[in-house]
Amino acid sequence: MSLRTSRRLWLVFFLGPALLLFATFMTYPIFSALAYSLYAWEGIGQRGFAGLANFVRLFTTFPYPRLLANAFSDNVVVFILTMVIQNGTGLVLALLLSRGPWGARVYRIIFFLPVTLSLVIVGFLWALFLNPVFGVVNKALTLAGLTGLARPWLGDPGTALVTLTLINAWRWLGFPTLVFLAGINAVPDEYLEAARIDGADEWHVMRTIIFPLLAPAVTIIVILTFIGSFNWFELPYVVQGVSGGPNRATDVLGLLFYRTAFGEVDTGLQDIGIGSAIAVLMFLVLVTVSTVGAVFLRRREVEVG
Amino acid sequence: MYVRRRLLALVVVVAFIATLYPATVRAQEPVKLTFWSWRTEDKWAYDRMIRVFQTRNPGIKVEFIPFRQVEYNTILSSGLTAGKGPDIIHLRAYGGLETFAAPGFLAPLDFDKVPELRRFSLQTIAGARSRKDGKIYGVPFATQTLVIYYNKKIFAQHNLSIPKTWDEWLSTMKTLKDKGVTPIANGGKEGWTLEILSGVIAPNFYGGSTFYEAVTRGQTNFRDPTYTGALAKMLELRPYMPQGFMGVDYATMQQLFLNEQAAMFIGGSWEIGFFKAQNKNLDFGVFASPAVRAGDVPWVSSFADGNYGINAKTPHMDAALKFIRFTATQEFGQMFTDLLAQASPVPGVVIKDPVLQQVQAMNRKATPYIMLVGFRWQAPTGSTLLQSALQGMLAGGMTPAQVGDEITRGLSAWVEAFR
Repeated sequence: MSLRTSRRLWLVFFLGPALLLFATFMTYPIFSALAYSLYAWEGIGQRGFAGLANFVRLFTTFPYPRLLANAFSDNVVVFILTMVIQNGTGLVLALLLSRGPWGARVYRIIFFLPVTLSLVIVGFLWALFLNPVFGVVNKALTLAGLTGLARPWLGDPGTALVTLTLINAWRWLGFPTLVFLAGINAVPDEYLEAARIDGADEWHVMRTIIFPLLAPAVTIIVILTFIGSFNWFELPYVVQGVSGGPNRATDVLGLLFYRTAFGEVDTGLQDIGIGSAIAVLMFLVLVTVSTVGAVFLRRREVEVG
Repeated sequence: MYVRRRLLALVVVVAFIATLYPATVRAQEPVKLTFWSWRTEDKWAYDRMIRVFQTRNPGIKVEFIPFRQVEYNTILSSGLTAGKGPDIIHLRAYGGLETFAAPGFLAPLDFDKVPELRRFSLQTIAGARSRKDGKIYGVPFATQTLVIYYNKKIFAQHNLSIPKTWDEWLSTMKTLKDKGVTPIANGGKEGWTLEILSGVIAPNFYGGSTFYEAVTRGQTNFRDPTYTGALAKMLELRPYMPQGFMGVDYATMQQLFLNEQAAMFIGGSWEIGFFKAQNKNLDFGVFASPAVRAGDVPWVSSFADGNYGINAKTPHMDAALKFIRFTATQEFGQMFTDLLAQASPVPGVVIKDPVLQQVQAMNRKATPYIMLVGFRWQAPTGSTLLQSALQGMLAGGMTPAQVGDEITRGLSAWVEAFR
């Protein structure tokens, strides 16, 4: 056996199981969703080939176009808010931690702790904290004399989505913090020292040395945040239920897909054709934007020479 | 060597007998039926009822397997489409049954197969009938009515009695609120609890079954001011709901009423058993949403809750039919009502629970729970449209007219008369 074939065999040996799992649980479902979206459905029974009829219905029959646009814009809002609040705070915390303040190790663990909690637990906990009757949040606000601020955070269409995004940020904050911290720590000390000797102030060092070298970390975080925001499902499902209430204020594409494909208990019926069409659209948006985004962001990255 | 060979022969013979043995035993083994359900809380009661069936039918064993309610539809759909569903299926009524019946996953029943069904009322059978072929696909298990629960102790403390008119009810709630008691436990975080609220409040104002008949026949639609005006009446309850009621979910509503922190709870008759089990000291009664004028008998919304059906592909059709016939007997209906404090639709069942007796009395003037019975047959359902829009209305973002318009527009996707 030549060295080359043996190398190839090893590759197959190592990649094979993962590839098989990926094909069974990722590729196959994606293609079956694509197939489902092209068929007519009667209840849960598959009927004849329907071409693009489901997509036409999704884009033209009320209330689907409005639900789709609303869910999509909610996903966009979640992405922007997460970028600004969660990743912005993460970056600030990383910069602070990188200067090695007293107890930096402990802080690092504390910030990362919520990431290790189960999402379902996080959802239930915060739903309880924010309950307008029994919850501690409104009680604390009232005690602090801020009764005017007490409100049904998750039940008010004006605050529900932002509140949900903040819960998500609370849970994930440690992750971007650690990634950014690793990126900052990877900046060679000589660069920083050289800049400081040349008389650069802290802001200057950050802007001209740290930030450009942090670009690879930013790429990863932006793309992961994008995928996370557009695949968002678990937290809204646990906290708000499958309907994306109140009045679709927290409806995201994941919920809309789940609801139409699998039905809303005691409320709505399954419409597998429309549900699969939504899944296909989600997949297309994710793949296109992630790819374009990755290429664009990579181009900006600077290598440490 | 010789010993070894003999040992090997012995092993082969034993193994051969072992393969034969279970086959001969299996012939006498009972038929095992699986029964899927979403009623995790009721497993104890079903196990008891099944035991009675099994003593009558020694050749059949039934296993009751409940799943979490929110996952049940998904699990059942996957099971049936993969050809691996249960033999007996706990099913919803109306459109919830149609989803499985229309594509042919359920075995049709009829009066010859299940003669007991002849005695059931037409309204309850309507919840078991497919609109596609008009055939019956299940045995109805419960009739539910939407009512107002009230805490007798709190009412007595404040010298209040059951209100006879809508205005009297509003002033009852005002009295309670002035005394620092939350009048009604209901909130709006979960849309379906608002649909229930509308099912209690609206019929007296839209005229019950007269409007139901007109709208289901397509003579009018939900833009009709009769209907939107009835929805507007719900807004008069807003001041008497808990603080921040839009964030109050179903579990919180139940807790408020169970812990006697709220005087009333607007919900369905299925709560009776739960309330009794959770707080033995809770002294509660029910009344119907009061009529506009004194002396008028008020309307209540009612519906068939669901059915027991048979998987069309079951390998044990005879045994499954035996069990299904058992669920249609008066004996089963009586056990069901006694154990679970819910109204069985089997004719002749005697209700012993005093609260359920009151509910039964109200049903003399019952109207179909409008969206479930009439407009939950295809997607988008009237319920999904109404629930979201009601959240919009109670949160203050939508007017009743906008709610009516949205429902009519959404339903016109499959209700031709609304186009």
